[in-house]
Amino acid sequence: MMNQDAVNGGRTTQVASMAAQGESMIKVEGMHKWYDTFHVLKGLDLDVSRGERIVICGPSGSGKSTFIRCINRLEEHQKGRIVVDGVELTNDLRNIELIRREVGMVFQHFNLFPHLTVLENCCLAPIWVRKTPRREAEEQAMKYLERVKIPEQARKYPGQLSGGQQQRVAIARSLCMNPKIMLFDEPTSALDPEMIKEVLDVMVELAESGMTMICVTHEMGFAKTVADRVIFMDQGEIVEQGPPSEFFNNPREPRTQQFLQQILHH
Amino acid sequence: MSDSTKRDAVLPPASTVGVLGWIRKNLFPSWYSGVVTVVLGYFIISNFIPLIDWALFKADFIGESSADCSGEGACWVFIGTRFDFFIYGFYPESQFWRINILYFIFAILIVPQFFNAISTRIKMVLGVLGVTVFPVLAFILMRGSETFGLEIIETNRWGGLTLTLVLAYVGIVAAIPIGILLALGRRSDMPLVRALCVVFIEFWRGVPLITILFMASVMLPLFLPEGVSFDKLLRALIGITLFQSAYMAEVIRGGLQAIPKGQYEAAEALGLGYWRSMGLIILPQALKIVIPGIVNTLISLFKDTTLVLIIGLFDLLNAVQTTIIDPAWRNVAIEGYVFAAFLFWVFCFGMSRYSQQLERKLHRGHKR
Repeated sequence: MMNQDAVNGGRTTQVASMAAQGESMIKVEGMHKWYDTFHVLKGLDLDVSRGERIVICGPSGSGKSTFIRCINRLEEHQKGRIVVDGVELTNDLRNIELIRREVGMVFQHFNLFPHLTVLENCCLAPIWVRKTPRREAEEQAMKYLERVKIPEQARKYPGQLSGGQQQRVAIARSLCMNPKIMLFDEPTSALDPEMIKEVLDVMVELAESGMTMICVTHEMGFAKTVADRVIFMDQGEIVEQGPPSEFFNNPREPRTQQFLQQILHH
Repeated sequence: MSDSTKRDAVLPPASTVGVLGWIRKNLFPSWYSGVVTVVLGYFIISNFIPLIDWALFKADFIGESSADCSGEGACWVFIGTRFDFFIYGFYPESQFWRINILYFIFAILIVPQFFNAISTRIKMVLGVLGVTVFPVLAFILMRGSETFGLEIIETNRWGGLTLTLVLAYVGIVAAIPIGILLALGRRSDMPLVRALCVVFIEFWRGVPLITILFMASVMLPLFLPEGVSFDKLLRALIGITLFQSAYMAEVIRGGLQAIPKGQYEAAEALGLGYWRSMGLIILPQALKIVIPGIVNTLISLFKDTTLVLIIGLFDLLNAVQTTIIDPAWRNVAIEGYVFAAFLFWVFCFGMSRYSQQLERKLHRGHKR
């Protein structure tokens, strides 16, 4: 697989999990979604505990991005339940905003705000949503920018940064809201190969700190190192899930076997 | 020797640099371009010199009446004697100072916006004052108020350039926010809001401004209950504002559509909510993109204010038109229209320059 080595380079052992069994952060039950009449998600169930790291993989069009975008209501589900940190996602706008505050999201195309500096990108939501005083928000932003290793870029505009740097800013921007859950929607897919490692390193470090994470990614090396559970989706369904050792070594379903064969041996 | 050959080798050929090089490159790059240059040059020069002669060298500037004009060149004496009427309309002369104060404040608010040396913070403060305090102050000063001991001067005595600026300023200041709301409404997820905005925009865009002004001044009073009367100027202002805000909405909608979906999603995912997403993320980017379109609309709004002459308001153009038919003056129509055109041009060109400067400034910070 393309960047297995990037992550496994210095690290062969799995990152210790901090998943606390039983304490549920996300609960999805029988969730369906249609685009008009097209059935994209067909009855998904998922339980994520606090501190658990989940990697979702699957062929394109399998609905994995749509799935995690439902968790913070960027997409609406039409049937079933989604409960995030004890709050059910309904059409109630207050609930939606409550959940979005606690759920950070990192996008494939970074989606930084080009008219604001890196620092302003990071401070915006804490100041306007959490009502953090500006000085405090800036200090916190600098702390997270240091954590993603680009404090020196704070005064620049996103357009002046490389893709890898932009994605790290995007991660810092989400972290500034002190989210309880982080969603990653193919965070490395739009990056040049030499920049993937710097982003994955940040994500591994985040995983080590005990963040609850759901990552849609094709980085199987990352999945092996970090994931508590790997979920394989195909055609809007969860086909198979399990710990990475089991998932990669003994996949049960033929569809999983075929998928793994395609991405691991080429 | 070797030294000089080296230098010769580095310098470009003499025929490609300097004034001669520029002329050769831009005016005579080939034989047919040369012919075009000569022919156009002939027409420009042969027309330009008489124009300058007429407007400046053979023109009469000083005098009291038409007798002071030789008739060879422009009779600017006419403009001089009617200047007060062109600027203040029928406003009583004893009260001109009120309008002069407003022009002075207006200049203080506007002029600094053209200079880069002045800090953005000061410009922001002046801008905010310009759209909040200034209109209120202007209304009180111009119309008068018994509480402040200012003689009441009804709007039917307002006129000239002052009236044109009142119409344009109110139109501009009101049309932008209404346009923004309409543009957002037209892209709303709520079907009712969207439908209302679409109907509103399509209605106002589909009707000529003249019709709207006629409706406002002739038809509207028929529908109002007896005894209720609306100020004629106010009616024209509402008509112009709503008409232009429909155009503005479509310009701004173009900007909103140019913003990638990811920006909306990122703002939503941070929990910013609709209004903060729009105000902090989407609109700053969208409005920047459509500055040329916005200014285009504003310039056309400025010039469209002249249409109020058909409902009997004495804006600058109407003031000029009513004076040039004065039999005491021979043939001063050209002078009058040139003067009016010049004033309109100054303001429109000013808007254009300001927008270009704004674009450059907003562009400097970031590239996508």
